[in-house]
Amino acid sequence: MDLRFGDSKPTDEERAAVDALLGPPTSSWEGADRSDADLRWARGGREARDRRDQLLPALHALNDRVGWISEGALDYVCRRLTVPPAEAYGVATFYAMFSVRPRPATVLHVCTDLACTAGGASELCAAVEARLGPESGVQVERSPCLGLCERAPATLAIRAGESARLGVPPPGEFEDEAVRADSEGPGAAAPGDGTGKGRRGRTTLRATAVCAPATPDTAVRTATAPESAPTEPAPALAVPQTGAPDLTLLKRIGTVDPASLDDYRAHGGYTALRRAFELGPAAVIREVTDAGLVGRGGAAFPTGRKWQATAAQPDHPHYLVCNADESEPGTFKDRVLMEGDPYALVEAMTIAAYATGAHRGHLYLRGEYPRALARLTHAIEQARTRGLLGDDVLGQGYAFDIEIRRGAGAYICGEETALFNSIEGYRGEPRSKPPFPVEKGLFGRPTVENNVETLVNVLPILTMGAEAYAAIGTPTSTGPKLFCVSGTVARPGVYELPFGATLGELLTLAGVRDNLRAVLLGGAAGGFVRPDELDIPLTFEGTREAGTTLGSGVVMAFDDTVPLPRLLLRIAEFFRDESCGQCVPCRVGTVRQEEALHRIADRTGADAAGDITLLREVGRAMRDASICGLGQTAWNAVESAIDRLGAYE
Amino acid sequence: MTAIPLGVPRRLVEFTLDGQEARVPEGSTILDACRAAGKDVPTLCEGDTLTPKNACRVCVVDVEGARTLAPACSRRAEPGMVVRTDTERARHSRKVVLELLASSVDLSTTPSVAQWIKEYEAKPDRFGPDAARVDEEPRVDNDLYVRDYGKCILCYKCVDACGDQWQNSFAISVSGRGFAARISVEHDGPLTDSACVYCGNCIEVCPTGALSFKSEFDMRAAGTWDEERQSETTTVCAYCGVGCNLTLHVQDNEIVKVTSPHDNPVTHGNLCIKGRFGYQHVQNRD
Repeated sequence: MDLRFGDSKPTDEERAAVDALLGPPTSSWEGADRSDADLRWARGGREARDRRDQLLPALHALNDRVGWISEGALDYVCRRLTVPPAEAYGVATFYAMFSVRPRPATVLHVCTDLACTAGGASELCAAVEARLGPESGVQVERSPCLGLCERAPATLAIRAGESARLGVPPPGEFEDEAVRADSEGPGAAAPGDGTGKGRRGRTTLRATAVCAPATPDTAVRTATAPESAPTEPAPALAVPQTGAPDLTLLKRIGTVDPASLDDYRAHGGYTALRRAFELGPAAVIREVTDAGLVGRGGAAFPTGRKWQATAAQPDHPHYLVCNADESEPGTFKDRVLMEGDPYALVEAMTIAAYATGAHRGHLYLRGEYPRALARLTHAIEQARTRGLLGDDVLGQGYAFDIEIRRGAGAYICGEETALFNSIEGYRGEPRSKPPFPVEKGLFGRPTVENNVETLVNVLPILTMGAEAYAAIGTPTSTGPKLFCVSGTVARPGVYELPFGATLGELLTLAGVRDNLRAVLLGGAAGGFVRPDELDIPLTFEGTREAGTTLGSGVVMAFDDTVPLPRLLLRIAEFFRDESCGQCVPCRVGTVRQEEALHRIADRTGADAAGDITLLREVGRAMRDASICGLGQTAWNAVESAIDRLGAYE
Repeated sequence: MTAIPLGVPRRLVEFTLDGQEARVPEGSTILDACRAAGKDVPTLCEGDTLTPKNACRVCVVDVEGARTLAPACSRRAEPGMVVRTDTERARHSRKVVLELLASSVDLSTTPSVAQWIKEYEAKPDRFGPDAARVDEEPRVDNDLYVRDYGKCILCYKCVDACGDQWQNSFAISVSGRGFAARISVEHDGPLTDSACVYCGNCIEVCPTGALSFKSEFDMRAAGTWDEERQSETTTVCAYCGVGCNLTLHVQDNEIVKVTSPHDNPVTHGNLCIKGRFGYQHVQNRD
């Protein structure tokens, strides 16, 4: 590889940010001062090139510290990692949370997605912009779903600055603080001193703060002083059923201290892993298979079969990837699980890795979840200290460790192969399948990828046994299922029900209001159903029979005050915005879909008919010919609104 | 890629192609099988010298049992597969893809596309006059070649040719995403500030004329470009001892561009800056 770097130099701050991640450079070839020894020696070869997967973390390091990525900084990263600058530029411009143009250190993301739009996001956005004005030093950005739908409208403030290293929070701490300072440091969850100055005097500390539900007042406060933002409510408040005796997946949320490993163990933690070690890998896979567990991310692929296929691959090493890039509009269950019961995910990943023969797990977490990042970082460190991760897990001679990878604002990275590319330091574009990940996944090796909810289901399977687990739900959709209920309901949140409950039962639990106009099932990639279809059983086969999908478990209710055409436009805008641009049906099709919906925004009947035909034809080609699920499902919700709700009649 | 007749014989894969028995060597794509059977499947991003990125999706075919259509250029034939190349479903997708492309970029210099648009009855105009297009001024920042984004279909061939498949210069990549995605050099700057070594291999593989020789670009602008009047002569490059083949395109006794035969087993159509652009001395008749 013949790399050429430009002349632009990084600032001291940019260099420090990158060096903090990668260590100081060892030779002038990668950015150090020239020395005599350098003239004859350079680091190179595979060792240098194999660090490409540090590209995304390095871009994060710059963005966290400086707020944007300059030419000099990007070139420096490229030198350090032996990455061609053109490719790194392609990666940096792929993610919504990065900027390659100068911008203020503070960015306030205001969610304008479905639940937040229904909750008044437009008015919030306008009010916040009016109050902040151009001189505030805050950039306001309209954002796709922030995964805080139960607390709509939602905002997320991110301020770049020096990292705080405030030390590990005391054990047993169970206050529910906002994540105010560097969420990657060991003291991630520790509250600052509230002044935002930290211990370093005048230095501005990096801070992230979630504010939801937001008012113009609280959002402005969050933007201007993230460290003193209103305290984020406890994860348990997103679980209206907290304390109910028959919960399986959510049973610990609100009762266990998410920062305490001891408390987790006191609540039954790590019994599943012990059982897994007793059974051995093959028997664990058998249990998961017999339990009938299928993937909860939306595709409903049998988990046991995936594990078996990976375990059987002769090529090594095997990798485990946990997909925590929950970006489907309306979905927030994984966030609540990770924030409220982080050790459960760590334990479940350990079991999955043990069963499939992986010794390294990547947890790919969407960049918009600061509290989940803090909680999981802490949980992983604690587990490592206590011998539950590392070279000798539970003294069983089995080595496993977990690395957290932070996404940077790209829905497409939730697609399993795009996620691999993202981790490896490439643009998050999906790969063609076959070959499938079980054969060639992360770094070209056999990889098992499961989402958070799927993995967490493994714990009850092992503690209660496959048979008892399979007795929950229906014969073909077994086990408990989480649903994210939001929109116009009295008690939005994550609900756990056995498969087979009806949509109406779920909505009654959540307190559905009168004048229900439509329910969006499965998120933006799912479909709408009518208020007279509430007897649809919430199972994979039941929703399929009803011509819709369960998807990722989104149930979004809209009453008749919500303007349907505007929602459909928002969905179209979402897909146009999130398309990676790799294949033509999706790259151009999503644009044409949005254009047609704009044209018919306030038209009906014959006036809309031509454009509806156009939408159908483009939608069909997108579904048939797109490379990945994003393009294939981008037309689902709009189609269902036309067919089932008579949106433009 | 050009086949070099070496190595052990490959096993044959038997499958059904449009109702007929097809037998192709293991590892062949559906497109290989189609071509062997004399079937015409349209392709844009597929190229004879590169691994297809299967991004354009005009070559999609129906594979029995599959949820979606499959790109013929990349999907390998498997034993027992039942493939149909000409179903209504496949034709519909091809038609729409052609419409989407032709409505968003200028395909006037893309070979064969006009004929496919006719064959599939594609109507790119039906998205209306306000349909978003890539309307950007061509970027002319050096004397050798021109980047015209208004013609780019993002087939990734130039990226692959510049990257690890041929040139190893890695001067171009894709930046941005969605409809705003563009082929770009680092920091989206001029080519002269980039890692480009001006080998012109990206022009060689560009299927739409989005990348073109400055000579061709200028002549087209002046209205003097006329392929009918051009002759092609393949010769050997005189600069060094490698012996790359050059194809000189000559119009009115002037060399107007230089390409290289893709079936050359050594170069596969690749050249260096001298072979590709260093021809002025030939016509220096003073």
